[in-house]
Amino acid sequence: MTADAASLEIKGLAYAYPDGTQALYGVDVTIGRGERVALLGPNGAGKTTLVLHLNGILHGGLGSVRVGGLEVDPKDKKSLREIRRRVGIVFQDPDDQLFMPTVREDVAFGPANLGLRGPELERRVSDALGRVGMRDVADRPPQHLSFGQRRRVAVATVLAMEPEILVLDEPSSNLDPASRRELAEILLGLDVTLLMVTHDLPYAAELCPRSLILSGGVIAADAPTLDLLSDGDLLSAHRLELPFGFDPAVARRTA
Amino acid sequence: MGAGHAHSLYLAGGTLVHRLPPQCKLVAVVAFVLAVVATPREEMWAFGLYAVLLAAVAGVARVPPGFVLRRMVVEVPFVAFALLLPFVARGPRVEVLGVALSESGAWSAWNILAKASLGAVAMIILAATTEPRALLLGLERLRMPALLTQIATFMLRYLDVIMGEMRRMRVARASRGFEARDVRDLAVLGRSIGALFLRSYERGERVYLAMVSRGYDGRMPVIGDGAATARQWTAAALLPAAAAVIAAASWILAP
Repeated sequence: MTADAASLEIKGLAYAYPDGTQALYGVDVTIGRGERVALLGPNGAGKTTLVLHLNGILHGGLGSVRVGGLEVDPKDKKSLREIRRRVGIVFQDPDDQLFMPTVREDVAFGPANLGLRGPELERRVSDALGRVGMRDVADRPPQHLSFGQRRRVAVATVLAMEPEILVLDEPSSNLDPASRRELAEILLGLDVTLLMVTHDLPYAAELCPRSLILSGGVIAADAPTLDLLSDGDLLSAHRLELPFGFDPAVARRTA
Repeated sequence: MGAGHAHSLYLAGGTLVHRLPPQCKLVAVVAFVLAVVATPREEMWAFGLYAVLLAAVAGVARVPPGFVLRRMVVEVPFVAFALLLPFVARGPRVEVLGVALSESGAWSAWNILAKASLGAVAMIILAATTEPRALLLGLERLRMPALLTQIATFMLRYLDVIMGEMRRMRVARASRGFEARDVRDLAVLGRSIGALFLRSYERGERVYLAMVSRGYDGRMPVIGDGAATARQWTAAALLPAAAAVIAAASWILAP
């Protein structure tokens, strides 16, 4: 890994599903190390398709994806394993993400797949759970946690792999306001590159200084989040809307 | 594990029986059941001794008799079948309270009743002292094919999730005035079950994506071997060894 390589570098990425539906038409994105970026876009814009390209689950179109300087090459099994360590995806439904019988086993799943065992594995698990404040639920089954707790544990399962870039799919969906704020505090405290896919524009404004709008399979805008959110015409052109009462100008003053 | 919500068959505790590694208990129960099944049905005293053995194990494990008896209802279908046998079987008849019963039928009924009850009690004690998750770990350590234990592990994790979905679908049906009244309503229930299957199938795909994203390559990582010590095996062997002695004695003493 070269020291100055960007965390994520996407060049000319295009992809059509096997049934012929074209989802991405040439996406170019570079995210530097330590940046926090929101990926905004209406339903069906290709956000999930883009995310699944980051760790090589979807592939076969044009263009290239590099993570920390390493190219995603689905044919090279060994580098793919390293890519999946570097890209930590937190999926939208924590019940999909947490599939093991206990929280501890679930958080250990990723690092154990990387070959870690014994005290090193223990350390990773307790470290990751500590970073999201969930160490005391380690021995409980995921289905007995609250939704907010499950989302935090889902973040820990990925942190345990010490990723280069943390990718969150709709992190604030279905959270009550308190869990939403707690998750924001946790995410702001993490020292990691962050890409957050969301419709929740105030959440993007709170967490990410920079935003991208993915619309119609291309990056339609790439600018400081508050600038994007102040541009009413741009937002409405891409089916994005601010919630009632949210004023980006006020957010800028309080930020 | 699973504080507060644990499985209804499980009785939390820290007794010697609880602490034995699950693989030892599994082998012990299977060996015990084999000894019971191998005992000639005419040697009634042997079955009495088996019952005493189980009572002793239950005593050490602090599993109250009422707990075991309530859970023995699973045996009811077999009991019903066994009780029919003396009336329907052929062969020489004996008079009991003025009713002619088939002698071989009566022995068969006794045979099924005694052996099934002893087996059921042994299983109930096993389940009461071993968490479902530990049972699966035990099976894994006994070299059960990994695919089977993985399926069972996922079932354990997702049973609550699927039941929750089923409950929500029922509420949604009832909220729109549906009540299952006669046979024709079965079509509606059938479609609900179909929808539930599809949802579970789609969830399976999403879970698989989440697993692959964290480096899954077809094998679950084995974390810690949890091998049992010779002393633990010896302790677990006490029950089946005693049962084997009784079974052997019953064959020697049999006419």
